[in-house]
Amino acid sequence: MGMFEAILLTVATAATPLLIAAMGELVVERSGVLNLGVEGMMIMGAVAGFGVAQVTGSAWLGMFAAILAGAAFSLLFGFLTLTLVTNQVATGLALTLLGLGASAMIGESFVGLPGVRMQSLYIPVLTDLPVVGKFLFGQDPIFYISILLTIGVTWFLFRTRAGLTLRAVGDNHTSAHALGVPVVRVRYLAVMFGGACAGLAGAQLSLVYVPQWVENMTSGRGWIALALVVFASWRPWRILAGAYLFGAVTIGQLHAQALGIGIPSQFMSSLPYLATIVVLVLISRNKRLTLMNTPTSLGKPFVPDR
Amino acid sequence: MKKLLMALSMAASFAVTGAAHAEEKLKVGFIYIGPPGDFGWTYQHDQGRKEMEKALGDKVETTFLESVPEGADAERSIERLARAGNKLIFTTSFGYMDATIKVAQKFPNVKFEHATGYKTADNVAVYNSRFYEGRYVQGVIAAKMSKVGVAGYIGSFPIPEVVQGINSFMLGAQSVNPNFKVKVIWANSWFDPGKEADAAKALVDQGVDIITQHTDSTAPMQVAAERKIKAFGQASDMIKFGPETQLTSIVDNWGPYYIERAKAVIDGTWKTHNVFHGMHENLVVMAPYTNMPDDVKKLAEETQAKIASGALKPFTGPVKKQDGSEWLKAGETADDKTILSMNFYVAGVDDKLPQ
Repeated sequence: MGMFEAILLTVATAATPLLIAAMGELVVERSGVLNLGVEGMMIMGAVAGFGVAQVTGSAWLGMFAAILAGAAFSLLFGFLTLTLVTNQVATGLALTLLGLGASAMIGESFVGLPGVRMQSLYIPVLTDLPVVGKFLFGQDPIFYISILLTIGVTWFLFRTRAGLTLRAVGDNHTSAHALGVPVVRVRYLAVMFGGACAGLAGAQLSLVYVPQWVENMTSGRGWIALALVVFASWRPWRILAGAYLFGAVTIGQLHAQALGIGIPSQFMSSLPYLATIVVLVLISRNKRLTLMNTPTSLGKPFVPDR
Repeated sequence: MKKLLMALSMAASFAVTGAAHAEEKLKVGFIYIGPPGDFGWTYQHDQGRKEMEKALGDKVETTFLESVPEGADAERSIERLARAGNKLIFTTSFGYMDATIKVAQKFPNVKFEHATGYKTADNVAVYNSRFYEGRYVQGVIAAKMSKVGVAGYIGSFPIPEVVQGINSFMLGAQSVNPNFKVKVIWANSWFDPGKEADAAKALVDQGVDIITQHTDSTAPMQVAAERKIKAFGQASDMIKFGPETQLTSIVDNWGPYYIERAKAVIDGTWKTHNVFHGMHENLVVMAPYTNMPDDVKKLAEETQAKIASGALKPFTGPVKKQDGSEWLKAGETADDKTILSMNFYVAGVDDKLPQ
């Protein structure tokens, strides 16, 4: 395996959880809801995925369990913010803290157990192609799901009636309500989709990235996903670009260190954050386009009969 | 439930309510840098705490705050433990040093024990471990086992404790193969399984065939197992994560020290000190030597025995610094002060030390 190919694969593994979690959050925010609980939902997915894979021996079952766990956990957020109309920022933060704590408690007996690794794809001939073979045809299933997800979300948001409705709810919930759109129901569905994605991203961590369970293993990836959504100005393909850029710089700086290039490692470690912010700020310089894409009702509570 | 509350930063109220009906017990608090479930550094401290509870039974009551970041948060957390009535507080990471000293000034009647630092006070003791002794043995093994003559080293932060380890590993390796090289990657984190795995992958992709780590998760071990190379565990025995991969692991055995110090507070004999224990005191223990030929195993055991008896000191001259200048003359050994403030590499390390 060549160096370039090896780096490409490592970058994809590092970028995939960010891409999936951010894509879920994008849909949530497009519906006008700000859920800061991505980290919490992600870690719930990670622990559920690891646990179920451990008990059943099947990484696939683990993955589905993670998706369900993420969605179920996000329902808590949905109930609080959409039905009881609590503050979205505070509730999202609480969801993260609760997720980190609850997952530690649930996962206590999983600590120190070697996990079940999700098998990578292998297609004779195609996977063995030089340079891109492994990247295109030899990765884990969640990588392919993440790409399909990006295509799917783009298509859904901008090419379907349901996507238009969702964006309308996010832009002006009062008008949408007046037109007879079930605002709260749409938002519930969006929140659950976001939870499911965060759960899947968590499963990628505990079944592919590092097949083990340890407390706090998301290490802030949920927050990076959140930031990606904003910096990508709520556009799916930019999230893909941002996640891969972040992954590429993360891995690149490690390689640069191993080569012994004399740049301070503290600076190198901050590079992924700096680079991603700078690039995404540059590509979203077009103010009109950014404003057009920002969901106007983002974070505003909606009470139908007020 | 306890853990959940802690994660919600409600540990203070919890600890306070727990205080009322435990007047005669010595309350001992611990500040952890990571989760006890990291299966590395914090895990071993928590094992030590449990050993203390077991040995001293109902004479002690312990509390811990986990995943406390180094810096301003640390001060708040340490103070919280002190206010909650803990009379002996262990702060178990280098970065808690200044915070520990600050809080100790406010609570003169509380005894503090800071791990791996160097600042003491009347009520602040420092305890340190000569992990580097274990690193030397690892270096010897690495040089024997590596086919390419290059090992990968995943560091957390460029602090003396970690630099000692890299240098000692290097010297151990050079005692077998003078041309041995070490590649270093700084993760700039003590605990981030994903990043540690990425660092391990980068090292393997650059051709190293042995990995050692000074970060706290088992992720590098898993990467090594997947890529079919050998690796050393860190802080605890990680053999489960690499049954055919782990050569050995440095195991931090804190229990005896924690028991001794808690007893000293109960007896009223506690005094501040700055101790630097190693293999001799059984604070540094090596996990079984596995996945290596018998002659390497024998050499490792001999090296370990010599270090434990004091016959071999890892930092013994002649040693050159990375820039080629002389550090230790032939036969000269480094004193503890130099070791504890080490901020340079010895010759052979393929990295520039971040300052």
